[in-house]
Amino acid sequence: MGGLQASAVAKIEAICDRYKDERTPLMMILSDIQNEYGYIPLEVQEIVSRKTGISVAEIYGVVTFYSFFSLKPKGKFVIGCCLGTACYVKGAQQVIDKFSEELGIKPGETTDDGMFTLDALRCIGACGIAPAVSINGTVYPKMTAGQVAGVIEKYRKEGAAA
Amino acid sequence: MIKTIESLNERIGTCTRCLEDKISGADGKRHIVLCGGTGCLSNHSKEIMEKFREVLEAKGAADLATVNQVGCFGFCSQGPFVKIYPEDTLYRLVKLEDVEEIVESDIVNHQIVERLLYEEPSTGEKVKKQDDINFYKKQKRIALHGCGVIDPENLDEALGMGAFKGLERALSMTRQEVIDEVLASGIRGRGGAGFPTGRKWQFAYNVESDEKYVVCNGDEGDPGAFMDRSILEGNPLAVIEGMMIAGYAIGARNGYFYVRAEYPIAVKRLRIAIAQAREAGLLGENILGSGFSFDCHLRLGAGAFVCGEETALLNSIEGKRGMPRPRPPFPAVKGLWGKPTVINNVETLASIPTILRETAAEYAKVGTERSKGTKVFALGGKVNNVGLVEVPMGTTLRELIYDIGGGIPDGKRFKAIQTGGPSGGCLTEEFLDEPIDFDNLVAKGSMMGSGGAIVMDEDNCMVDVAKFYMEFICDESCGKCSPCRIGTHRMLEILTRITEGRGEMKDLEELEELSDTLKTNSLCALGQTASNPVNSTLSHFRDEYIAHIVDKKCPAHVCKNLMEYHIDPEKCVGCGMCARGCPAKCIGKSGYTAPGHKLESLAIDTSKCVKCGACMSTCRFKAISKI
Repeated sequence: MGGLQASAVAKIEAICDRYKDERTPLMMILSDIQNEYGYIPLEVQEIVSRKTGISVAEIYGVVTFYSFFSLKPKGKFVIGCCLGTACYVKGAQQVIDKFSEELGIKPGETTDDGMFTLDALRCIGACGIAPAVSINGTVYPKMTAGQVAGVIEKYRKEGAAA
Repeated sequence: MIKTIESLNERIGTCTRCLEDKISGADGKRHIVLCGGTGCLSNHSKEIMEKFREVLEAKGAADLATVNQVGCFGFCSQGPFVKIYPEDTLYRLVKLEDVEEIVESDIVNHQIVERLLYEEPSTGEKVKKQDDINFYKKQKRIALHGCGVIDPENLDEALGMGAFKGLERALSMTRQEVIDEVLASGIRGRGGAGFPTGRKWQFAYNVESDEKYVVCNGDEGDPGAFMDRSILEGNPLAVIEGMMIAGYAIGARNGYFYVRAEYPIAVKRLRIAIAQAREAGLLGENILGSGFSFDCHLRLGAGAFVCGEETALLNSIEGKRGMPRPRPPFPAVKGLWGKPTVINNVETLASIPTILRETAAEYAKVGTERSKGTKVFALGGKVNNVGLVEVPMGTTLRELIYDIGGGIPDGKRFKAIQTGGPSGGCLTEEFLDEPIDFDNLVAKGSMMGSGGAIVMDEDNCMVDVAKFYMEFICDESCGKCSPCRIGTHRMLEILTRITEGRGEMKDLEELEELSDTLKTNSLCALGQTASNPVNSTLSHFRDEYIAHIVDKKCPAHVCKNLMEYHIDPEKCVGCGMCARGCPAKCIGKSGYTAPGHKLESLAIDTSKCVKCGACMSTCRFKAISKI
């Protein structure tokens, strides 16, 4: 495994310093790192350990406990299908099954080209517009299996253009 | 800066007049407000708001009307909403293309755009004002005070609705008097457990400590619940004020909000509200010259349902895995960083300012004998009017589902209403006239829970629903205690086998035994209540379980292994649309032509069918059904 770039190390250390006046800030530090880089591998955990004095074992325990923290990088577009009760009774399972079929991955996995990650979310509280799908923070209301292919195409074009 | 009671009241006076003038039109302007809750925002309400500003500017009408967003109107299935003051006209299902017309017709020419008004489904009548819509008639907004009226990112509008008057009264009383007031109101925790709030505050007050904390539980994780999100998005200052009153009462100087990371808009609005309160001097040192100092801090969750459990939440703030602690000691005695801590739900705290401002006696006039006040419900599922409702305790399930909810869509039959999420249970038709409150629903085999209320119809399979909740619990179990970690998985295995047609009658006994083990031996409420949906569905829908096990049939035609798609050869005209769209290519000619038909009917080869349902949704002749 290659080492981290000096700029990344500096950024991570800065994130740790951001919360030095807060009590037990580990969750805040890890959240910021996750938002910045999309994942928190072991090498990064080691830096956080060095800065905070918390053991890598404990940090690893926290990273693996919470579903928002990831050890592996996520895709460019994270497709979150809500499977909360209100969405489920309105057919959300068919929606996520269709995404799974079209992308060729199971929930929790990322496509080989690094473009898409498919996640099953547990209720994002948008029950009035069930079934809801959240893609990189944009919430799509009343999604149907029929709309899935179109949505994927839209993001594929966006990803190719960038 | 608001440094004294006098300057607070002066500012409130100005802001109240301002808000009143806005609503009454005394300021000579029109005011366009749009719902800025998550539901409407994902339906482009922000773009619609910007379009209003653009169009007004373009027409040279920018002086005629102001435009701002407000919190959740509650009637989510009819959003996005646009309300115009002073006429109090409510437009619904507004699209970007409608903006031009609204400005030209209503703002410039004072002509209401009739087609955008709400239409009462039973009469076809158009309704102009929000209060005249049936959905709203039986509601009473206390926790949702201000939501849908004020701009949640504007401190002055909150002050205009009496923000901080509750705190003002609290500061004029002794700390014990404040606790007595909360006790007298009868308010019980709105997070699901229903513990008397005043009693919790009393426990924390009684402990001597150099440091105490108030924590707001904003980790609303029940699938199908969005009450707390709407309150935080619609009137965050109410929750801040409630937290401050709690802090004053118990002797805390710091409050922590713990909010789900899945609620970015709520987090943003809370941050803004805290910053505005600090800037105005309403948070910080020597608040209103009383000597009471208090500050608020924000901590985010990271996607763990179990962190809604109060001690797991505390561990999360402390930078640990979200695993619960054994009790005693209870958090009120030994909580955050080992100090006495009161943890209250968002809705509970949002109700506190009203109790202090209007008095406990006023609050206690609403509700039932042992459940005072109102409850916010997130009504969802198979109901016409999906959205957020707040009703007095004692309202019946029938009123909730039919009068407010508008009944079941598509002429389907009501089957059950599930309340309390994964910790709750379902109630059937025979319970529709039961009044909703903490104790009554428990007595009838369910629970009120945090407010998620999912309506189910004849097309929902109750065994599948029980399996759904157990799957969720298995994912979210923290793993600390064996009964929950192992027991839930064993129960899920049994439920899966039953839904796949491999169940046996002894499975039902095993489910009951496991359920008992979880209830009596789990460390926290997640494990202790995990089997409630199973118990509840077994109790009311035992015949469905037996059909799955003995007849190998799913009466609601949901469980894939126990149902089939079937083309009625008499109705099928042989158009072939279904066959063209079939991913398994399993639809072919049946060899039978119905009398009067030109083409052969089609038939499904059930051995190849993947049960996707595409054929049924394509058929325009209603020839395909589930059997």
